[in-house]
Amino acid sequence: MLEDENLDKKPPRRGAKSAPSRYFHSPVPEEEVKPIKLKGVSQQNFSGEIIKVEQDKQIGFKKTFYRKGAPKKHIKTETNSKIPKNLLKKYDKGEKVRSKGVKTKFFKEKQERKEVYLQYATEQAARTEILLTEQQGFIEPDEEEITAQYRQVEIAKNVDILSASKHFKLNLDFGPYSLRYTKNGRHLLLGGRRGHVAAFDWITKKLLCEMNVMEEVADVSWLHVHTMFACAQKDWVYIYDSQGTELHCVKRLYRVNCMEFLPYHFLLATGNKDGYASWLDVSIGELVSNFNTKLGDIRLMHQNPGNGVLCIGGSKGVVSMWSPKVREPLAKMLCHSTPMSALTVDPKGQYMVTAGQDRKVKVWDIRALKGPLVSYGLRLPANQVVVSQRGTLAYSQGTYCEIQSNLLLGEKAETPYLRQMCDSFVHGMRFCPYEDILGIATAKGFQSLLVPGSGEPNFDALEDNPYQTKSQRREHEVHALLEKIPPELITLDPNEISAVDVPTLQEKVDAKRSLFHLKPPKIDFKSRHKMKGRGGSAKASRNKQIVKDLKRKEFIADIKKSKQSIFKQNSKKASDFIPLDSSVPSVLDRFKPKSTKKK
Amino acid sequence: MKVKMISRNPDQYVRETKLQNHRMPRNFDPELHPMETAREYVRALNATKLERVFAKPFVGNLSGHRDGVACFGKHPKQLSTLVTGAYDGEIRIWDLANRASIRNFVAHDGFVRGIVYSVNGDRFFTVGDDKTIKVWKNDMPDVDEEEEPVNTILSRTILTGISHHRNESIYATCGEVCAIWDENRNDPLKTLKWGVDTLHTVAFNQVETSLLSCCASDRSIILYDQREALPLRKIVLTMKSNKLAWNPMEAFNFTVANEDCNLYTFDTRQLKNPLKIHFDHVSAVTDVDYSPTGKEFVSGSYDKTIRIYNVHHSHSREIYHTKRMQHVVCIAWSLDNRYIFSGSDEMNIRMWKSNASEKLGVIRPRERVAFNYQEKLKEKFAAHPQIKRIARHRQVPKHVLNAQRKIRAIKDKEKVKEANVRKHSKPGKVPFVSEKEKPVLREDV
Repeated sequence: MLEDENLDKKPPRRGAKSAPSRYFHSPVPEEEVKPIKLKGVSQQNFSGEIIKVEQDKQIGFKKTFYRKGAPKKHIKTETNSKIPKNLLKKYDKGEKVRSKGVKTKFFKEKQERKEVYLQYATEQAARTEILLTEQQGFIEPDEEEITAQYRQVEIAKNVDILSASKHFKLNLDFGPYSLRYTKNGRHLLLGGRRGHVAAFDWITKKLLCEMNVMEEVADVSWLHVHTMFACAQKDWVYIYDSQGTELHCVKRLYRVNCMEFLPYHFLLATGNKDGYASWLDVSIGELVSNFNTKLGDIRLMHQNPGNGVLCIGGSKGVVSMWSPKVREPLAKMLCHSTPMSALTVDPKGQYMVTAGQDRKVKVWDIRALKGPLVSYGLRLPANQVVVSQRGTLAYSQGTYCEIQSNLLLGEKAETPYLRQMCDSFVHGMRFCPYEDILGIATAKGFQSLLVPGSGEPNFDALEDNPYQTKSQRREHEVHALLEKIPPELITLDPNEISAVDVPTLQEKVDAKRSLFHLKPPKIDFKSRHKMKGRGGSAKASRNKQIVKDLKRKEFIADIKKSKQSIFKQNSKKASDFIPLDSSVPSVLDRFKPKSTKKK
Repeated sequence: MKVKMISRNPDQYVRETKLQNHRMPRNFDPELHPMETAREYVRALNATKLERVFAKPFVGNLSGHRDGVACFGKHPKQLSTLVTGAYDGEIRIWDLANRASIRNFVAHDGFVRGIVYSVNGDRFFTVGDDKTIKVWKNDMPDVDEEEEPVNTILSRTILTGISHHRNESIYATCGEVCAIWDENRNDPLKTLKWGVDTLHTVAFNQVETSLLSCCASDRSIILYDQREALPLRKIVLTMKSNKLAWNPMEAFNFTVANEDCNLYTFDTRQLKNPLKIHFDHVSAVTDVDYSPTGKEFVSGSYDKTIRIYNVHHSHSREIYHTKRMQHVVCIAWSLDNRYIFSGSDEMNIRMWKSNASEKLGVIRPRERVAFNYQEKLKEKFAAHPQIKRIARHRQVPKHVLNAQRKIRAIKDKEKVKEANVRKHSKPGKVPFVSEKEKPVLREDV
């Protein structure tokens, strides 16, 4: 396909009128021919006319490549003049490939042609922005008022009925509760510590199921669709369907504290009381990985939605990041000098927010593993931290809960965006995806707060669709299963799979070091079968020995050579280096200790 | 105070009636599509697997000939018409859409050596072992009429091949000499000769239309210009070339099917060494034909397989074989670039898809988009080891596998020997000769 483009996309000839029909025709039009003035007639020793031909512009002309089917005339006007730069940056897929390193002209041009299409794709994606229909929410305070002073009742009064109905409170008796929204934000799952589990469509308030599992419930989590959810109970993890029927009891997940579902990998990640992290592939029901993190009781765990890595916070103030196929943490970050109390990663996978007993909330750049970018000092340690799709930060301190409109505001924000006093201790908080809602689960029930501007207004129906029908959900499920990412691809850099596999410095060093400990390989030499009388076992074994020795010698010589080349590289001396033991005699030699000859 | 919250009107997101499509609002914000690369990789892997699953290249066979199939003639205007000639002199005209033979008659005594259509496709020319050129009408004779040639030309020399000019009423035959004929005359316009050896293939260039080339039995390839009295150029290869095909898009390139299991693509401007050597066949290559796009060609071989090559690659992208197919004698790529025809010793003509996993039949726009997307993904991740392994894997017949091993052993042995000779000779005495310099023995002007 690509070569198809290559052939057809010959760069347009410059100036059709100047293009010669035959190579021997003069490419220079008459008007460009100018006579040259000479200094004097006497200097001329020939009778002809000297003309100066202006150099054709084609020399040094850089080829420009055009997209197939692009309107030729408007190429210049069409380019990104109309698209704002910030939009182009948002949809940008990264830098161009530098064609400098490409060896041959053919591949260089091929790459340059490709870049034209990639650029076009970025522009087209940026252009689709104007098709988005919904606007982001906001609160505009009156004069001499601030948003923090508004109570939920007042906000609910000022919004439309549909939104006002999203503010509600449930008084429940089996607290403290944990909660989860589905990925499309349509359904809500509540799990009370004393066994109460309820799943419902929270917008229409239609109950899917409600039951008491008659056991302690540590955590709940939706699986890939709203027809199934997992419940971490006293001993084991159970999986129920939306009717409340028990589908599975996973006994290998023992005494689980917290659960996270990775929707693109179909993995249910759990952390248990003994410090084991486990990943259960829910599509095939197999435990992908299960090992001891040696962190002790795992209480703080959150996935990084940007790459699927599990972030586990510990009592030492260290956040460690885990992938199922690597038994060591991929990275560790010392975030607090005290035990941590809360941990979350923003839905875009850019920032991590941690809270510790030192009464600090810190925001970290999780892609560069740097920070803190921002730190909030609080009066009490935060026990819950959450970030919404649009970067709204909410944290709770006991029963009191504060919301910052942007997580990067930090200390600059003198007053929070909104604040809320709950009736009892806050045990769980979640922002609802694609809605301006913050769900708070407390010891005495659940309440849903209106936080204008927190949710992403425009959803992508092929990714998450709150208005999914049954058939659409089924189709989506099939597609998602087909595109299940294997757990091996969970790495810190999610684009690693498309990068060039270059050995790291460590690997190079290791390879060099291993040279010094190599042993000659064993050679399994089978002598050719010879006719009777020509071979004989003695001859064969002698031949075998000869071949073996030869190979070994060769191998040793090779190793020696490569070792010497390493020594040579490393023994490059600085210009001002005077060797202690030089063969050239110097005046300073007399100060050297005299070597005693050993016999 | 003024408050706005996300409040979606369901009417805008849910379809009104079942007759409508579902509304699918899109948002291409990269942050809503996490782990894009990994997902694309999985998609590419699936697409590659599906390609191999759906790779069913065999469309059907056309049986009817009572002896081995010797040559094909492609109709220049009708995609569904194919003329085939057999060893027993029989000619059959096939309706490919219905996979049925619509006409058959015995045209020659002995082999039919070549069939070509005239420019407008209303008649075709056949040459045979009986030293005659016969001209036939493309249309069926009436019910009471006999199958009779429109014209029969007796040649003085034997005839082994025929090729038609791209747009004029001129054709060329080869045999002892290369003769240029006018359609309306019974004597050749011109005869071209270089050496005494028999020519067994002739092919007109499709772009530079007066250029034609022949393969001779003294292992040479000769280039002629129809306008000139003398031949242009001649190169001698190490082994005999069986067939020659001009690239229909790049006027200066042609490919020859050689007896030494390889195909050689030459650039006429630089005949000293081939542009590319195409390996992979394990026995003599008998025929080669270009796709109309000029990007690929197909070759049939004595090793009972068909291979498809990219012009710029030295190894084949595809191999076709069946249990029953014997030595492939002639091969043709259909003019719509979708099918390949192969004629073999065991009297059958087989139809293959040129793209093994292509879906036949009507393809709806959404399907087309999905296929294009898959194609692009496969291309993007083609270098990944797992994908590469799946995309490259082909099951080959055991005899081919064994022969491949044997050839590899021979090549290795030769290399080792050369290295040994070099090791024990004076430095510089045994020069390094590139593989490309080996096949052409000499070039005559």
